[in-house]
Amino acid sequence: MPQQSCPLTSKQVVDIYFMEHRAKLLDIAAFLDRLERAKGDEGLQDVRVRALKKAIPILTDTSGENQANRAHRVLELLSDHTAEPTPAAHTQSALGADPNTDY
Amino acid sequence: MVSRTTDDYRRMAQAGCVAITEPAFWAGFDRSSPAGFYDYFRQLTDVEPKRAAQYGIAHHCWLCINPKEAEDPVFAREVIKLIPEFLKKPNVLGIGEIGLNKNSRNELIILEEQIELAKQQQQLILVHTPHLEDKLKGTRITMDALANAGIDPGRVLIDHIEEHTVAEVLDRGFWAGMTLYPDSKCTPQRAVDIIECYGNERIWINSAGDWGPSDPLSVPKCHVEMRRRGHTQKLVEKISLENPLSFLRQSGRFMLPESV
Repeated sequence: MPQQSCPLTSKQVVDIYFMEHRAKLLDIAAFLDRLERAKGDEGLQDVRVRALKKAIPILTDTSGENQANRAHRVLELLSDHTAEPTPAAHTQSALGADPNTDY
Repeated sequence: MVSRTTDDYRRMAQAGCVAITEPAFWAGFDRSSPAGFYDYFRQLTDVEPKRAAQYGIAHHCWLCINPKEAEDPVFAREVIKLIPEFLKKPNVLGIGEIGLNKNSRNELIILEEQIELAKQQQQLILVHTPHLEDKLKGTRITMDALANAGIDPGRVLIDHIEEHTVAEVLDRGFWAGMTLYPDSKCTPQRAVDIIECYGNERIWINSAGDWGPSDPLSVPKCHVEMRRRGHTQKLVEKISLENPLSFLRQSGRFMLPESV
């Protein structure tokens, strides 16, 4: 992936995009709070929540520093990595995380 | 756009939209008979061009049985039999949006049969890649199916690409479409990121006007994002007009309004 492919300076990127992403961070924090305030524990163990929590550290993983591939790695984490077609489609919807991955 | 009122056509025209292509897709429910698809194809090839023309927009379409309704091969084959009659219509660009949904064996069988139809009829192909966790696997299986059928990748648009699929799609010679949605698929910001990282050849942006949360004005909103970052008008036009023209004109049917 080409480095310095964004035409803005890093300071410009922060100035333009920080507030919007601060809001998105708060949305995630509030979602996790809401989950704990909700009745029952089932949602806390849902594969989607486990996947989300597994994805969050990717954002600050320094081993990926300067590779600018966090979005790619998050999508890979959430994906089905099997290769063979499934025997049958028992649902039409997607979940958002791979239900067969042990997150 | 079968799912939208003419208010959206008006807004799109005001924002500078001159042409659209509408794939045959899932209506949000499973149609109960092949006759339902016959009427749908009539709507795509007759009604929608007239509605769009009221606002100076040239409407084109793609025809197929979509992946979500392809799990029953017997039913799907009855629908596929209806398609050749409509391929003669002047606004039909090719077969699409075919592909996979849950990456099942039956979906793949019907995908392969529609690829074969496109090959026999010398039609362009528009591919829907699956949603969310199914996208990576389904994109790879679909590209393999196209390669196995000997299809020229330069005549195939693989749509709804994201960061984890774009490289393979481009490396294998296909065209890559980024469909801009509020929640699912790609946002305007990420689309511009992808262009900055992977270049502007064989790639373009498109918006969706379907029955769920979608914004037909996503393309002009992406233009604003590009300008915000200092990208040139030349690049804006490349990924939202020139590249689509290059691909779609291969159909021999894609026309812009005379005023453009």
